[in-house]
Amino acid sequence: MKRVLLVIWLFFLLIVQTPGYAQTEPPVSDDEVNRLASELYCPVCENVPLEVCPTKACAQWRELIREKLALGWNDEEIKAYFATQYGDQVLAVPPRRGFNWLIYLVPPLTLVAGILIAIRVIRKPKTIPAAQEVSNEGPCRMAAEDFISQIENDLEGVE
Amino acid sequence: MTTLPVFTQDPVNKAKKRFPYWMVIFGLLLVGLLITLGLWLKQSRQTGFEVGAEIPDFSITTFSGEHYQKSRMDGRVILLNFWSSWCASCEEEGAILEEVWREVKDSDDIIFLGVNYVDTENDAKAFLEKYGITFPNGPDMGSRISRLFKVQAVPETYLVDKDGRLAAVQIGPFQSADEIRAMLELAK
Repeated sequence: MKRVLLVIWLFFLLIVQTPGYAQTEPPVSDDEVNRLASELYCPVCENVPLEVCPTKACAQWRELIREKLALGWNDEEIKAYFATQYGDQVLAVPPRRGFNWLIYLVPPLTLVAGILIAIRVIRKPKTIPAAQEVSNEGPCRMAAEDFISQIENDLEGVE
Repeated sequence: MTTLPVFTQDPVNKAKKRFPYWMVIFGLLLVGLLITLGLWLKQSRQTGFEVGAEIPDFSITTFSGEHYQKSRMDGRVILLNFWSSWCASCEEEGAILEEVWREVKDSDDIIFLGVNYVDTENDAKAFLEKYGITFPNGPDMGSRISRLFKVQAVPETYLVDKDGRLAAVQIGPFQSADEIRAMLELAK
């Protein structure tokens, strides 16, 4: 009789517990946490992504991400929360505002300017050396005439 | 005997080279940008305030919702302590600070402010509860105060005198309550 009651009790427990498990929110996996953590940086150690940072502080922040994801926050909301709490420096991609625009504008502008300079240099016609241009006139021509007249004088002397 | 003349290129007929105006503008912009970056880097590497320097205005809202603003506390000595729940040396220091705070809290001349540096709210609150810390503590939203003071690590403590000037700095934890008492004397 006791065994029957025990089986009934266990069966009852199983029925009661099963819906409970079904209603439990699936836990947020490490992969999900790390995916978002890779887009954030440790606010304490410089240039270390939160995903790989070994400090206790970063472990706490990864847990915070897990909590926020479990609460249904989306990526943008979590990133905005981190930026508000710790500053924009925690974001892997700086927001497009204020001085941050320099990061987005300077490299492409420099690249375009470099290309324009290169094109201009390549397409520019090479200048002819000045000596060739003026070989029939100007000081070179005069020097040549002096030279010829000097030879003529020398030849007259020989005759 | 005839001496052969030397034919040289005439500098007068050299083609005059001029930089295009856009290249000059671009160059100036580049130089300006490099100077700006250099100044910014220099500023970011500078240490915090020197003793005697006037501290700019800042404000903090505590975990319990009280708002403190430096400009509204002129005439009071402010002990500003930067800490974190993940900082091991902040634990002992928190207890020592609390001990001294209980001695001076009835005085209107001195206020202790704990600035929670890059931490999570739950861990910070748990830390305060665990060590029985009662002086006002709040999160450093956006790391504004720690950037103002150029905090490098925690704990760090800054003492601001009644005139709003920096009176003393403690980098690293206090080892005893007497050290804190001695520091407070510097602002009187």
